[in-house]
Amino acid sequence: MQERRRNKKKNREILIISAFFCALFTWMIGYFVVYSVSHEEELINNSYNSRQRMLASEDYRGTIYDRNKEALAVTVIAPDGTEKRDYPYRNLFAHTVGYSGKGKTGLEAKYNYYLITSNISDAAKVENELAGKKNPGNALYTTLDLKLQEAADRAMGIYKGAIVALDPKTGKVLAMVSKPDFDANTIAENWDAYLADEEKSVLLNRASQGLYQPGSTFKIVTALEYLKQNDDRYEGYHFNCTGSSRFGDETIHCFHGMKHGAVDFQSSFAKSCNTSFAGIGMSLDRTRFGATASKLLFHHDIPFELPSSVSSIDLGERTTDAALLQASIGQGRTSISPLHLAMITAAIANDGVMMKPYLAEKIMSPDGSEIKVFMPEEVDTIMTKEQADILTGFMRSVVTEGTGRKLSEADYKAAGKTGSAEFSDSSTDSHAWFTGFAPSDDPKIVVTVIIESAGSGGDYAVPMAKRVFDAYFSEAN
Amino acid sequence: MALYIVTFSRYFIALFAVLYTVECFLAFRHEREEDRKWIYIRQTVFSFLFHFCAFITMYLKTERMDILFLFAFQVIMLYTVIALYGMFYPQANRLLLNNMCFLMTVGFIMLMRLNYDKAVRQFCIIAASCVIGLFVPYILPKVRRWDIATYVLAVVGVLILGTVLVAGTVTNGSKLSFSFFGITFQPSELVKVFFVLAISGILTMSRSFLQICISAVIAGAHVLILVFSRDLGSALIYSVTYVALVYVATANPFYPAGGLLLGGIASYAGYRIFSHVQVRIRAWLDPWSDIDATGYQITQSLFAIGCGGMFGLGLYHGSPDSIPHVETDFIFSALAEELGTIVGICLILVCVSCFLMLMNAAMRMRDLFSKLCVVGFGVTYLVQIFLTIGGGMKMIPLTGVTLPLVSYGGSSVLSTLLMFSLVQGFILIGEKKHARTEKKQKEES
Repeated sequence: MQERRRNKKKNREILIISAFFCALFTWMIGYFVVYSVSHEEELINNSYNSRQRMLASEDYRGTIYDRNKEALAVTVIAPDGTEKRDYPYRNLFAHTVGYSGKGKTGLEAKYNYYLITSNISDAAKVENELAGKKNPGNALYTTLDLKLQEAADRAMGIYKGAIVALDPKTGKVLAMVSKPDFDANTIAENWDAYLADEEKSVLLNRASQGLYQPGSTFKIVTALEYLKQNDDRYEGYHFNCTGSSRFGDETIHCFHGMKHGAVDFQSSFAKSCNTSFAGIGMSLDRTRFGATASKLLFHHDIPFELPSSVSSIDLGERTTDAALLQASIGQGRTSISPLHLAMITAAIANDGVMMKPYLAEKIMSPDGSEIKVFMPEEVDTIMTKEQADILTGFMRSVVTEGTGRKLSEADYKAAGKTGSAEFSDSSTDSHAWFTGFAPSDDPKIVVTVIIESAGSGGDYAVPMAKRVFDAYFSEAN
Repeated sequence: MALYIVTFSRYFIALFAVLYTVECFLAFRHEREEDRKWIYIRQTVFSFLFHFCAFITMYLKTERMDILFLFAFQVIMLYTVIALYGMFYPQANRLLLNNMCFLMTVGFIMLMRLNYDKAVRQFCIIAASCVIGLFVPYILPKVRRWDIATYVLAVVGVLILGTVLVAGTVTNGSKLSFSFFGITFQPSELVKVFFVLAISGILTMSRSFLQICISAVIAGAHVLILVFSRDLGSALIYSVTYVALVYVATANPFYPAGGLLLGGIASYAGYRIFSHVQVRIRAWLDPWSDIDATGYQITQSLFAIGCGGMFGLGLYHGSPDSIPHVETDFIFSALAEELGTIVGICLILVCVSCFLMLMNAAMRMRDLFSKLCVVGFGVTYLVQIFLTIGGGMKMIPLTGVTLPLVSYGGSSVLSTLLMFSLVQGFILIGEKKHARTEKKQKEES
């Protein structure tokens, strides 16, 4: 009997061991399920994965559409069965849709897995196989708007630069133009020439990968920081602009030596007075300023589907006075990508909430069922609604009484900020910037324009932005 | 028609795997073997249909007649084993037997898919091992002097492992095997069986501190030799099994706690001392940054696991051949790719049900030696499964051990079949004793 009791006791240990292993294997099954469900796309897209080739042999590449179901990339099958990827709009979406041929870029690369996978029913697949046909791959619907993209492309004309148009409430990218561009249909033939031409760098998507000095458009951030450090009070600010001002060893000039005279905070912003803003910058706590810049994603990866560059700025505890001075008017060692500036602008238009910009709206099976829908995602709340409203007021005054007057006649109420980034010592060479949105009371679209070596933002970038706004609002009506 | 079968067979394969697995766990609802009779019959049917669907698909895909012959031989072999067990050992645990056959079936399917020649070789080895296994429950009760056998097995185990360390052939940086008469043999698999018997025997004699020290010296000798042979997976399996056995024998929670602590220290020391351990750990933490070299195996395995989806890509629709050593170390990844996540989960659950059935059998045993042996075999078996499947999906570092009964490899199959046969033998001994005592009690009353 005693022996039996002792054995009963040992059974407790066996039970504990069993429970331990059951827990371990529950964890393992959970890990297995989560892994196999959540990593499919990224794993198949890896170039080391030979399954891409296998899928490509079973399915032909799906179509890429704009938001109104205009085809931007289609696979054309010749009678002899050979496939060719055709881009009906040639250069127009070269940097966004990208190309599939000599390697893959853009959305063609990012959503490769979905495009070469077919989610039609098994019965339909059998029918195709019996008929000796490949299966149609899934279709990608983008957020892009063909009409707006065309308008932006025409507006840019022969200039180098980029235009980004976003929906501020969702982060949808409505248009994204980068110039110079290339014909996605003939990329293979011209590949070597494109690579060799470093000066034009046509393969670079300037909208997300180009880094430029923000110039006066950065005054948006300086103004935000002033509001943050002064409890949103700016009414008491006054300054007398004489066209230039000395801070220690540094002299700050207004654009083309303009004398703005007596200005308050809003007119300093509207008229883009450098000397006034340099003084404002000097009054700010540089550590907190640096923290704000970091919250605005300076020195952080931009959450975006396509390759993007990291914006940078010299702001922090160890920033020198001279550097702080330059940083507050968007010069010195400050650089930003047009997409990033558009995101900051969109956050102002969206009550301070920054949205993740995105190009892929949904994946649809060729037989019409939804495979995956991409939802808008918040990045962060980068300012209060009150601060966003004040900045909107400032940006509206740029259009009504400041450097953006070329937009004041429009039927819609635009708001924005111009910039002329003098990237070399020669005073004529400057990049023209404009970033803004409309209507200012209920923003529907954000447009950011950069034109390389054109001149002042007010003269060159604003008219281009206006043509994009015009196209948007004429289409909407 | 053929095309429809090929396309839709993966759903049926998954269905039969699920039905089989569900029956595995339904079996635990009944205490007595007789009540489980219908469950076992249904299981046999589902297992056959699973086997059939897979092979008919492979036949239609490749149109090779020899696949059908292989299938026929496999079916005959499996049902002969089941029938012979039923005839000679009616008291044996049928669930364990069924699971053993199901796992071998999974192995037959995956090996056929990966490499026909290896599938044929493996089938021959399995058939031979099954014959050996059939005799084990008969021989086991004839062994009288376990006290001597225990020490003999311990010494023989250490000697065999030592021989491999000194004279073995090096594969993938580890000394694992040696060849004689053209047959490559991996002794650490077989020594596992000896090890469990030896440690159980020593702990059955006495649970005094001195006796535990003796067992620790023997276990330590095994583990150290394995570490120096760079067979870390086996070293881990032996260690965990040893700790579990001491815990069950002494019922003292300080032993597993101390074992865990010691294991932690040893792992850290191993990490600092051995460069190949560092390579493995780095490849586990971030295989993507060195995808061409140290991360290649694991990333290819992850590709396979990630691409299968619920029902898999279908047999011959994936590319499991891109994984190095797929038939031995990564057979689970190949299975997950072509047969799908559902079948993968079923496979894991069947292995767990084997383990639980062993633990269940151990708890019913009154003889301490049998009890310890069965627990030891169960832990050995399950830890190995955890290492191979967990390693293949980057949950834990890779250790390069096989999936028992499924992977290619003769030593692994032989030792697993020996373990399962020994368990059946212990169950039969227990049942016989039980019947005898009941009879005695009846006579007395």
